[in-house]
Amino acid sequence: MKFAPLLIVLPLIAAPLCVLIRHRTIVRVLATATTWACLGIALHLLSLVGQLPVGETTLTYALGGWHPSVGIEYSIDALNAFVLVIVSMIAAVVLPVGPGTAADAIPKDKEYLFYTAFLLCLTGLMGITITGDAFNVFVFLEITSLSSYTLIALGKGRKALTAAFTYLIMGTIGGTFLLLGIGLMYQLTGSLNMAVIQEVLAGIDPTNKTKVVAFGFLFTGSAIKLAIFPLHQWLPNAYTHAPSTISAFLAATATKVSFYVMVRFSFFLFGSAYVFDYLQADRLLMPLAIAAIFVGSAAAIFQGDVKRLLAYSSIAQIGYMVLGFSLNSVTGLTGSIVHLFNHALMKGGLFLVVACVVHRIGSSQVQDWKGLGQRMPITMGAFVVGGLGLIGVPVTVGFVSKWYLVLGAIEQGRFVVAALVLIGSLLAVIYIWRIVETVFFQAPPEGSERCEAPLFMLLPTFILLGASIWFGIDTEMTAGFARAAAEIALPGVMP
Amino acid sequence: MSVVLDLWHYWVVIILMMIGLYTVIARDHLVKKVMGLNIFQSSVILFYVAMGKVNGGTAPIFGEEGLVFSNPIPHVLMLTAIVVGIATTALALSLAIRIQEAYGTCEEDEILPMDREGAGS
Repeated sequence: MKFAPLLIVLPLIAAPLCVLIRHRTIVRVLATATTWACLGIALHLLSLVGQLPVGETTLTYALGGWHPSVGIEYSIDALNAFVLVIVSMIAAVVLPVGPGTAADAIPKDKEYLFYTAFLLCLTGLMGITITGDAFNVFVFLEITSLSSYTLIALGKGRKALTAAFTYLIMGTIGGTFLLLGIGLMYQLTGSLNMAVIQEVLAGIDPTNKTKVVAFGFLFTGSAIKLAIFPLHQWLPNAYTHAPSTISAFLAATATKVSFYVMVRFSFFLFGSAYVFDYLQADRLLMPLAIAAIFVGSAAAIFQGDVKRLLAYSSIAQIGYMVLGFSLNSVTGLTGSIVHLFNHALMKGGLFLVVACVVHRIGSSQVQDWKGLGQRMPITMGAFVVGGLGLIGVPVTVGFVSKWYLVLGAIEQGRFVVAALVLIGSLLAVIYIWRIVETVFFQAPPEGSERCEAPLFMLLPTFILLGASIWFGIDTEMTAGFARAAAEIALPGVMP
Repeated sequence: MSVVLDLWHYWVVIILMMIGLYTVIARDHLVKKVMGLNIFQSSVILFYVAMGKVNGGTAPIFGEEGLVFSNPIPHVLMLTAIVVGIATTALALSLAIRIQEAYGTCEEDEILPMDREGAGS
C-alpha cells in the first residue's frame, strides 16, 4: 500500500522532467517507463485488494500522515483498483506509439510537449480514481481536462482547435457543476472525506432539498464529462480531430473514469436506496441509455470518416454502460464495469488501427480505405477483430458485457430492454460491415502497393485486440473483479 | 420577503451563475464565451466563500480563547479553484488566438459554416 501515492507522483514528476530534458528519444523512454511503472503499481494494488480478509473492502493511505478528517486520504477498493488497472494499462500500451500521425503537425523538436501533456492527463485520471477526497476529485478532473484540451488541439488541421474549444466550454461547465455539487455536499456534511460523507449523508432525510440539488449538480457534471446522450455534442468532434493516438487514449480512459466518478457518487456517497428508490433516477437514465445506443449507432452508420464513426459508436457503448448502471442490480452493474474494461480494449485497439492507416495512407475517410484489405492485411485483420467485439460476437469481449446486461434486464423481467440491447447490436453490424465491405471487397486504387504499418504501431494494436479475444474466452478474471466491485457498490442487495 | 433578504448571498450566486451561463450559450464571439465562463466560475467561488463565513467571525488566526472565526476550509479550497480558473482561461484564450489565426475570425457563426464546407487547412 505504501506504493499507492507513487501512482500519482511518478507521472506528475516525469511531466516537468520531460520539459526540462527535451531530447526526443530520452523523453520518449522516460514517459514509456513511467507508464509501465504505473501499470506495475496498479496491478500490485489490485492484487492487494484481492487479498483483503473477508469483511474488509477498502485499503486506505493517509497522505503525509495527516488524519483523514483534515488531510487527503487515498482509499482503494475493488472498483477503483480495477479502473486504475484499465487506465494505466491503456496508457502503457498506447504511449509507445507516440504522437505518430501527429508527427507532421507537431514539429519534431516540440514532441516533448506531447509527452508532458500525456503524462499530466494520466496523473489526473489516476488521481480522480484513487482519491478518497471529494474536492481532490475536482482538482484532478481539471488537470485531466486541461491536458486533454491541449492534446486534442495538437491534432492536424484547424478543426482540431474548434473541437478543443467546444470541449473546453462543455468540460469547464461540467467541472464547475461538480465543484458546486461538492460544495453543497460540504454544507450538508461538513466533510470532504468520502467515507465520512457517505456516513453522514445516509443519516440525512431524503426529502432534504440541499441533498437533491447536490446530487443533481454532481450527476449532471459527471454526465457531461461522460458524454451521456444528449450531453454528447463535444465528443464526436474531439475524437475525430485529435491525433489518433490521443483518440485511442481518451476514448479508452477518459469516459471510463467519468463513469467511475458517477458510480462512486451515486452508489457509494448517496447510496442506491436514495438514487433509485427515492429519486427513481432509472426512469430518466434507462430511456436516455437506450436512446444513446440507438442514436449513436444510427449516426455511426452515416459517417464518412472512420474516426467519427468510432466516436459515435463510443456514444452508443457509453449507452450500454449507463444502461447497466440504471438497472440497479449486481448483474447489471457487473455488466457495466466489465464493459469499462472491454470497451477500453476494443476502442483503444480500433483507434490504433486508424492510427496505423493514417500513418501509411494519410486519410481516415472511408472512401480512401478501398481495397486496404490487400494493402494492409494484418492491420485490417485487427480491425475486423475489434469490429466483431463492438457487435458483441461470442468469444470477443463485447459478448461478455452484453451477456451480463441482457441477463440483468431479464432478471428484472424487462424483456423489452433486453430485446433493445440485441437490436442495438444489429446496428453495430451495419456500421462495421460498411467498412469491412469497402476494405475487403473493393479494388484498391491503380498503382497502389502493399504498405503494412510499422511494427512499433502494430504491436500495441495487437496487444489490445489480442487481449479482447483472450478476455472474451477467459472471462473469469475480469468478470470476477467487476462482480466484486458491483457487490461493494450495492451492499445488501441480493445478486 | 425574508427568502430574498436573508439569503441574499445565494441570490447573488444564482444571478451571476445565470448571467455567465447565458453569455456562454448566447454569445457568438469566442472571447465573450470565455468571459461568460469566468463569471460562471466566479459565482461558484463566491458560493464557497459565503458558505465559510460565520456571522461576526474574524480571520482564523490564533488569538485569545473563545474567538469566533470563519471556517477557513472553503476559503482555502477556492484558492485552488481560482488557479484552475486562471489555467482554463489562459488555455481558452490561447486557443482563441490560434482559431483567429487559422480562420481569420473569432465569431462562432462564421467559423461553423467554414467547418461545414470541409475546407480544412
